[in-house]
Amino acid sequence: MLLRHTPKEIRDRSALTTNPAKTCQPVGALYAALGVHRCLPHSHGSQGCCAYHRSMLTRHTKEPVMAATSSFTEGASVFGGMANLTQAIENIFALYDPDVVAVHTTCLSEVIGDDIPQIVKSATDAGKIPEGKTVIHANTPSFVGSHVTGFANMTKALVEYFAEPGTAPAGRINVIPGFVEPADMAELKRLAAEMGVEILLFPDTSGVLDAPMTGRHEFYPEGGVRVEDLRTVGGSRVTLALGAWASAPAAEALEKKAQVPFEVLDTPIGLLATDRFVDALRRVGKVEVTASVTRERGRLVDLLADMSQYFYGKKVALVGDPDPLIPLTEFCLTLDMKPVHVVTGTPGKRFEERVRGLLEEAGVEGNVAQASDMFHFHQLVKNEPVDLIIGNTYCKYIARDEGIPLVRHGFPVLDRVGHQFFPTVGYRGAMRFAEKILDAFLDRIDRETDEAAFELVL
Amino acid sequence: MASEAPRPEDTKRVLTEAYPSKAARKRAKQIVVNAPPDAEGFRPQILSNTRTTPGVITQRGCSYAGCKGVILGPVRDILTITHGPVGCGFYSWLTRRNQTRPPSEDAPNYMPYALMTDMQENDIVFGGEKKLRKAIREAYEIFRPKAIAIAATCPVGLIGDDIHAVARDMKEELGINIFAFSCEGYKGVSQSAGHHIANNGIFQHVVGTQDEPPEGRFRINLLGEYNIGGDAFEIERILERCGITLVSTFSGNASYDQFARAHMADLNAVMCHRSINYMAEMTEEKYGIPWIKVNFIGAEATAKALRKIAQYFGDPELIDGVERVIAEEMPAVRAVIDEIRPRTGGRTAMLFVGGSRAHHYQELFREIGMRTVAAGYEFGHRDDYEGRKVLPFIKVDADSRNIEELDVEPDPEQYRPRKTADELEALRAQGLDFGEYEGLMADMEVGSLVIDDITHHETERLIELYRPDVFCAGIKEKYVIQKHGIPMKQLHNYDYHGPYAGFRGAIRFYREIDRMVNTRIWRHVTPPWAEKPQPGVLRQAS
Repeated sequence: MLLRHTPKEIRDRSALTTNPAKTCQPVGALYAALGVHRCLPHSHGSQGCCAYHRSMLTRHTKEPVMAATSSFTEGASVFGGMANLTQAIENIFALYDPDVVAVHTTCLSEVIGDDIPQIVKSATDAGKIPEGKTVIHANTPSFVGSHVTGFANMTKALVEYFAEPGTAPAGRINVIPGFVEPADMAELKRLAAEMGVEILLFPDTSGVLDAPMTGRHEFYPEGGVRVEDLRTVGGSRVTLALGAWASAPAAEALEKKAQVPFEVLDTPIGLLATDRFVDALRRVGKVEVTASVTRERGRLVDLLADMSQYFYGKKVALVGDPDPLIPLTEFCLTLDMKPVHVVTGTPGKRFEERVRGLLEEAGVEGNVAQASDMFHFHQLVKNEPVDLIIGNTYCKYIARDEGIPLVRHGFPVLDRVGHQFFPTVGYRGAMRFAEKILDAFLDRIDRETDEAAFELVL
Repeated sequence: MASEAPRPEDTKRVLTEAYPSKAARKRAKQIVVNAPPDAEGFRPQILSNTRTTPGVITQRGCSYAGCKGVILGPVRDILTITHGPVGCGFYSWLTRRNQTRPPSEDAPNYMPYALMTDMQENDIVFGGEKKLRKAIREAYEIFRPKAIAIAATCPVGLIGDDIHAVARDMKEELGINIFAFSCEGYKGVSQSAGHHIANNGIFQHVVGTQDEPPEGRFRINLLGEYNIGGDAFEIERILERCGITLVSTFSGNASYDQFARAHMADLNAVMCHRSINYMAEMTEEKYGIPWIKVNFIGAEATAKALRKIAQYFGDPELIDGVERVIAEEMPAVRAVIDEIRPRTGGRTAMLFVGGSRAHHYQELFREIGMRTVAAGYEFGHRDDYEGRKVLPFIKVDADSRNIEELDVEPDPEQYRPRKTADELEALRAQGLDFGEYEGLMADMEVGSLVIDDITHHETERLIELYRPDVFCAGIKEKYVIQKHGIPMKQLHNYDYHGPYAGFRGAIRFYREIDRMVNTRIWRHVTPPWAEKPQPGVLRQAS
């Protein structure tokens, strides 16, 4: 057994986290910053943070992940990181010529108390920031929240730095996608375009972390939201924030700064959450849902109905981030599956309320936990076994030990490809997700059914 | 490789010209054109183990990564608890591919677990010692380990948590060995500081605590081998065939008890000089175990390493045994070299990784006829480049001075010289160097480039100038290189492949490089219409 020391018996733990179901803020901030065109994320702290974040995001995306660091040593930790950041700014513009440097803090610089705006102001006054270039920042202490919080904070920083009150009104809708894959961001844009709704999606890692091979490494790939577009988000009619954790704070900040009203929706994963997103686009975009989108929906429902026998009654355990987990739980319920364990490492009581609400409505009894970890998740699975696990790559240890199929979803996925290219949001994404679940079930049937009962057609 | 290789001096200019002047001056000292040794045997001096200039985009990680990840990571039965916010423990969870083989199904193996205190704002403000104590108790209740290590992350040192005091108290309370590592990420200038801190801790708290001598006549420790992709398993196989007893490896496939008995070995064979030379030096001083530098990367290097070990023990039976094993293993190696050399010969490689791999792996490339045109370490020191003879001349800067140098003296009871002074002298006369390492430059061509702590900017320029056939570095560089249409081999984690050590590992590596430089997909990077644009022309039937 890989996880041979995980006992079935659950004891209270209040100090020890084992096998976390979250990671720290800066990696989320770094990911969000990559969703701005010609932006170089910068980690203000020890260089190990940046190395870890770049490594993890690279393993997840199989793409170059560019970011710089302030490379703190003991001296910087004692005297503050001003000299390091100032020097970094100078070197970054000389070597890599970004339009934006997006600084996020780390636990180290947060504990020291470095005042980033003050340092950036000094650098500006000293002429170290070239004309037309911007250095923005987000405070992302690792000891608060999770990687999702970091994504939210950097996205909020985009609004705080770039949104201008009094921008000429435009019919456009802002969409904040949350901590989802580049393919998901592209799919959200496609869906909106299909409906004839003009949206501005930010941040947008599509075209950045799914770059083609051309025989040349483009340090700044063609994707990412443009700074000039970010400057106009204040003129948009409405903001749709997809995900209460990752996206709502930026939408709130924009309302405050430029009076753009907002609506917080679930990440559009699965049939019903996509319905709500499409309907919101229809309402705020003042359009009719096009026949093509209705057709996409119909195809999804057709598939789910035709294959419903394989989903019905199956028990599922889900672990991941709150924003995707809520609609994923809902999608499982739509499929008549039973999400009996739903666990996130990210803190937030609202998560438990939302998921419990969904389960109660469907009459499913399940365990729901926030600020928890995968060790606990595994113990729950040991106590009530399931037919399927949905979660990130770390779940494979549990899946193998317990002999349960795993459908990978979330961050990080380190051992499979596809998540960068094929969305799980929207109707098409739901089709793919349903296909993956079906494959997991049907492969198991094909592998384990005895020869006499082996079926050609399923 | 481009038809005409640029002159190295020109390359150096291209690499450094974009930097602001201060950074350019520093980088110029870290980029060296290899030259023959001078009259006293010294190679050109390279600035290394120095602070990375902020903002340049470095490969380097931190002290915590070097301590918790590199040295402690491969040990299966020391339960390591990361004291800090969630990130560091998360990122170092199973990502280094250290393999391990517990002796039985129920034997302890904590490697698939990541334990941490997940410090919250309150812990930062009011101190995290209480939470750490509680976390240790909770971990003990679940795992019942024989030893617990505590690894510090950046905020711990700043807020003043005394993790060593916690370790002492908890050791007493729980009755197991508990020790702490002050490996905060800001210590030193790279992972290297963490190696040193880990060496010190293991040496002080574990080595020498069990005196049962392992069976076997020829007992060695293997130092600086981390069992990435199963390397240690292949070396263990070869040593066993030769009749050499492995007391402990630091730290691939290692266990607590092996460390505890390491002082019972009679020779330390050092693989990765950078990460573990401290342990070699300290165990020699305290217990009297001499050390030699070996390399099990490369078939010839493996044979050489085995012969050195046999020469040390000087036993005719062992010497014959080693020769027999080499004679039996080498034909398979030669057959593969003969097969693939026509496809790999004359090709070029660049290696920028680690603190020894950029040196060791040149052996494997050489064996299949490939040239290393540029190489350098991520966290090496001058002695890793220029050889240990420069040690007396290395100026210790403030960053290195902050890493504790233990004061080690011969142990009144456990010190036992393995050889007399005369015996050592005789072995030296026969060419067996003790406590010596010649460094990377000695093995590189004159005129090749040696670059310390290479930056992203320099990497891109090198690729454009040289277009090597294969580039070796780590995961962060992997897809940058490949976007250029050049295959990239990860030498930290072997791209989830390996082992590459020993004889069988060499064969696997040759085949891997053959595959990489000849993989068909690289021929299709350019679309056909970009190569022969013929608008408006119908293709003629042939």
